[in-house]
Amino acid sequence: MANLKELAGKKELFTGGHRLCAGCGIPPIVRLVLRSTDANLVASTATGCLEVGTTIYPYSSWRIPWIHSAFENSAATISGVETAYRALKKRGRIPADKETKFIAFGGDGGTYDIGLQSLSGALERGHDFLYLCYDNGAYMNTGIQRSSATPMGSNTTTSPAGEVIPGKEEWRKDLTRIVVAHNVPYAAQASPHNWKDLEKKAAKALAIKGPTFLNVMSPCPLGWYSKPEDSIQLAKLSTDTCYWPLYEVEDGVMKVTYKPREKKPIEDWLKPQGRFKHLFKPGGDVIIEKIQAQIDREWERLLDLEGRQIF
Amino acid sequence: MATEKSNEMQGLTGNSAVALAMKQINPDVCPAYPITPSTAIIETFSSYVADGEVDTELITVESEHSAMSASIGAAAAGARVMTATSSQGLALMWEMLYIASGLRLPIVLTNVNRALAAPINIHCDHSDSMGARDSGWVQLYSETVQESYDNVFMAVRIAEKVRLPVMVCLDGFITSHAIENMATISDANVQDFVGEYTPETSLLKDMENPISIGAMTLPDYYMTFKKQQSEAMAEAKDVVEEVSAEFAQKFGREYGLLDSYELEDADVAIVIFNSATGTTKVAVDELRKEGFKVGVLRIRLFRPLPHAEIAAALKGLKAVACLDRADSFNDFGGPLFNEVRSSIYDLEDRPKVISRIYGLGGRDYKVEDAKSVFEELLKVVETGTVEEMTKYITI
Repeated sequence: MANLKELAGKKELFTGGHRLCAGCGIPPIVRLVLRSTDANLVASTATGCLEVGTTIYPYSSWRIPWIHSAFENSAATISGVETAYRALKKRGRIPADKETKFIAFGGDGGTYDIGLQSLSGALERGHDFLYLCYDNGAYMNTGIQRSSATPMGSNTTTSPAGEVIPGKEEWRKDLTRIVVAHNVPYAAQASPHNWKDLEKKAAKALAIKGPTFLNVMSPCPLGWYSKPEDSIQLAKLSTDTCYWPLYEVEDGVMKVTYKPREKKPIEDWLKPQGRFKHLFKPGGDVIIEKIQAQIDREWERLLDLEGRQIF
Repeated sequence: MATEKSNEMQGLTGNSAVALAMKQINPDVCPAYPITPSTAIIETFSSYVADGEVDTELITVESEHSAMSASIGAAAAGARVMTATSSQGLALMWEMLYIASGLRLPIVLTNVNRALAAPINIHCDHSDSMGARDSGWVQLYSETVQESYDNVFMAVRIAEKVRLPVMVCLDGFITSHAIENMATISDANVQDFVGEYTPETSLLKDMENPISIGAMTLPDYYMTFKKQQSEAMAEAKDVVEEVSAEFAQKFGREYGLLDSYELEDADVAIVIFNSATGTTKVAVDELRKEGFKVGVLRIRLFRPLPHAEIAAALKGLKAVACLDRADSFNDFGGPLFNEVRSSIYDLEDRPKVISRIYGLGGRDYKVEDAKSVFEELLKVVETGTVEEMTKYITI
């Protein structure tokens, strides 16, 4: 694993000048992940913030071969690219001197929801690729509509906190668990505030042959109604409250990679975010308690699995 | 290479002929999802892969949407890519069909024509590929097993020359499952005809000078790309003619943009696609014996539309019936009718044109059906009036 100085000295593969928002979690995640390997990289990206923000023609922030085709098919698209690589290498049509690795990027909309089938298919087929989901908890690119990754209680434009319904009523889908159920060699959750952990996981995922998965917490000041300068702190709080546990499942073995010395109450993460503002009004405490109970249960479940062979 | 005169004759179904063509081409990548009635293409090709008769990388995707998505990824990476589908499968690919053509990727897809649901039906009509007619794909229609087989080779050449995807259409069950005695081409001659695929640029071609494919494009450039795509489609017509001429010279089988039968002195004609052409030709032969001047115009190339050639072919006729195996649900005739009618609009003395919708969901189209359409056309000529411009027949 590279130290900070080594990482900083690596070639920048994701250039500045892109159009992603100030305080967006995506650029630090992508920059770091692209630095975590010395192999050649080829990426696909689902329609969404990352695609729109990095490629408005004739500009591109990508210094690696990059493709976007549609919203729900980042995994299927990279399946084609990765397979073509094997086919062309076999037939001597491209040089085989340097190892090439493949990454599919998608937001929670393109991954948890519309792209779940395509992701599942690519994982099952065993393509040699890393799928990285940047999870900002809603369809942020199109104006903060709920996704199945949206936290319970969150105010979004399609689950507004109204007079009768207090924001999103459902618990978020546990996508990482669904991916783990595909028995892939490596799946992990990470967060950009813990760059060391993220870099280590990305390097590991990219070194493994076969389908690997990273689900990365990605703060979104626009959709979270939070301050851009608070993003990294909010990412940290998502792990300190155990809303977003950092763990990995390698060859079926569960390892929790970060255990907060003192588990913080979920209010610490909710309060600085305007999307949860209504939960701090009279009657909101019931929902916060529900969220806390669910987090506690999930955290206990994870700790119980710690060190165990789960598939 | 000399003309291959001693083509080996084989009894093959449309599906096995297409699978054989794919085997002889030995594409780099084949992402595929099976669907009736094109399933046998993918099954047969899978066994070629399993037996090592091709070294194509087969991707058994989980849906047709992913089949086309993976085709796009593989083609963008520089691979020669082929796949096959039908009906709902083509419908599920819809979004990606436009992206394949917009990204100018020369993917070749065989579409075995089948009706679209609802009601669900597995039999032949053209509602699937007719719906995809504006998706930016070159569309070749095939009358016979022989032509389906031959079109697959030509499709590869056409696609790679104009950098547009090409769809080869043949009739579900009627052509896909019927055994026909047909001539095959030797593997060596196939390889010589299709040649090596060497795209100018691709994702994997030059890792040191990486390219981005599929960028967000705003009003300042979007229309420029579409204009180029439109120009490529216009160019495709000439390329189809050139490639077909080269094919005829090498293998002795001639295919035009259109196939005219007994049209020179005809008063009336039926314009039609695919397998029903043969049935219509029988009706023509029988009516000709009775002294009626009738003919058939089969459309082989529908995208791009050979509108000038259609107008030239129908010039001098008095009445024409366009037989659509699909409805546009516009209360104004099928897609073929509208396009043929528009193609002949500028003729000085243009024929009357009627729309007849036939054979939906596999409904039989018989010689008698063709004859009754000709009778209607002759009546239009006799009376000078069209009583019913659009009508369902074979119902």
